[in-house]
Amino acid sequence: MSLALTSTVSLTGLIGNLIDVEVDISDGLPGYILLGLPDAALNESKDRVRAALVNSGEVWPNKKVTVSLSPAWLPKSGSAFDLPIALTLLMAQGLIPKDEPGTCIYLGELALDGQVRSVRGVLPAVLAAKKLGFSKALVPFKNYAEAKCVSGIEIIAINSLTDALRYLRLGEVPDSPDQFISNETDSYLDLCDVAGQIGARKALEVAAIGGHHLLFIGPPGTGKTMLAERIPSILPPLSEDSILEVTAIHSIAGTLLDRELLSKLPPFVSPHHTTTAPAMIGGGAHAIRPGATSLAHQGVLFIDEAPECARGVLDSLRQPLESGNVTISRAVGSVTYPARFMLVLAANPCPCGRFSGRGRSCTCTQVAIRRYLQRLSGPLLDRIDIRVFVDSPSRIEMASDELGESSAVVRERVIAARAVSNDRFADCLWKLNSQIPPSELRKRFRAEKLGMNFLHTELDNERLSARGFHKVLRIAWSIADSNGHSTPDREDVESAFRLREGMEMLA
Amino acid sequence: MGTKQLIGALGEDFVAKYLVARNYEILDRNWRIREGELDLVAISEHGIVVFVEVKTRTNSTFGHPLEAITRDKAYRLQRLALAWLTVHHRWGFEYRIDAAGVLISKGEKFEIDYRIAVL
Repeated sequence: MSLALTSTVSLTGLIGNLIDVEVDISDGLPGYILLGLPDAALNESKDRVRAALVNSGEVWPNKKVTVSLSPAWLPKSGSAFDLPIALTLLMAQGLIPKDEPGTCIYLGELALDGQVRSVRGVLPAVLAAKKLGFSKALVPFKNYAEAKCVSGIEIIAINSLTDALRYLRLGEVPDSPDQFISNETDSYLDLCDVAGQIGARKALEVAAIGGHHLLFIGPPGTGKTMLAERIPSILPPLSEDSILEVTAIHSIAGTLLDRELLSKLPPFVSPHHTTTAPAMIGGGAHAIRPGATSLAHQGVLFIDEAPECARGVLDSLRQPLESGNVTISRAVGSVTYPARFMLVLAANPCPCGRFSGRGRSCTCTQVAIRRYLQRLSGPLLDRIDIRVFVDSPSRIEMASDELGESSAVVRERVIAARAVSNDRFADCLWKLNSQIPPSELRKRFRAEKLGMNFLHTELDNERLSARGFHKVLRIAWSIADSNGHSTPDREDVESAFRLREGMEMLA
Repeated sequence: MGTKQLIGALGEDFVAKYLVARNYEILDRNWRIREGELDLVAISEHGIVVFVEVKTRTNSTFGHPLEAITRDKAYRLQRLALAWLTVHHRWGFEYRIDAAGVLISKGEKFEIDYRIAVL
């Protein structure tokens, strides 16, 4: 009886599970049995492993081969098991030295000619291996840079099965790719490209400070998309932990190519308005993959033409907005992905889109306008703090050849203001102004007396709801942080109130 | 007799000799009913009835000879074995099913891969 065992990691969401790959070779009719709930891609591994072994000059045992992936109850998917299966098979035959348990994990898909192909989710897998106490990981050459993001574990990049065998037999370490350059200065879209839009710029800054969700309303072509795309450039750069988390999510989704590895720039994701709920929050039959909300984790989720979205899709955002993560359940299991993002919606003011100024060129009826914006459900709008009307820039603004403020300048202010609010919330459960609970707003985090008076008057005049009252206060805190006030004064509160303008149209 | 059948017969002869040399007695060869055929039936010196499926190849281009025995074929062997025991009034005899892969290379060299109790 010949038996061997190696380890690899399979992912459930971002959580890595240690998988033992056991191979037993016994007498009997030649055959190959794969145990441990494999999916279709994994079941095909037999033919890949066999061809890769034979084409790398190794022998296929014409015996009864039993491969067991344990824990057996955990559904496994993907092609990253090819490499560990092939190596364990050779170990079981005594053709390469046996693995020392608990030291090395193997990841990689095999091509028929023995090349090792890249796989998804290498970063979270290696991260999990490190936490489990492994000291080494053999990964595909193309995933080297990603795996190298994890410090404190030796990464060996292999191009082919032959590379791996030479390493295991002779200790020859194959060449690693050139050390990737951590891009300190990410390229981004700069806010100085936007002409005018003083009000919208201010709203963006306040939103960035407090992490407030945003709604842009405005006619087509006034720069709603342009403004939204520039939000990541004014947000504070991601922290070390966030970078790993964000990169891990993109690694699983297979979208790392679109994103600079280890980028400090918060991600920007803009799903099309015809997108489905599974694409928005994540889903999939075999492997549950992250959706747009998780890809936008720690960044911006921008939905253009939001009223055109299917209602169920927009409402599916409510759970992630509330809890900062999404839990998706399918037959294969249940997975939780982080999804803490800044939501930015853009909408035309009316179906014809020409309502601006006094609305003279608009052909829509009052009813049609009302109905159009009512497609955004109340509970969703409830979670959006700031509403900005973006109108066409004026003649003077367009004619001016003076560039607007650049993102770098605005970001400095945002970082400074966030430092202030971070100190303020040092002993609280939340970190951002947009997260202050209502009860605390009425007790510890009130505005100055004059500011509160203003709000109470507006309440009396029925121009502000109780819900609006709290939202205005939260925005006022962000404005106060930006203006360097220790408590929001009357002016801050009034500015905050104006950032809720356009409300009447919706309420 | 076609080439294929000839090669098959050569392989079966070789396995028969192999068994006799190991103190088996051949009881039956090419026993055929509608459901299929048993290549060799032998009895060991301990009284175990052995049914042998013989696969003969002249080269290994098409893989190992024994790979040709699929799961379905193995189950058919099982049914044939029971049928043989019934017909020959040997119900209750201990029996087992073996498989033999024979590779005939140039110069009439025989290589045998004999697997005991494959089912």
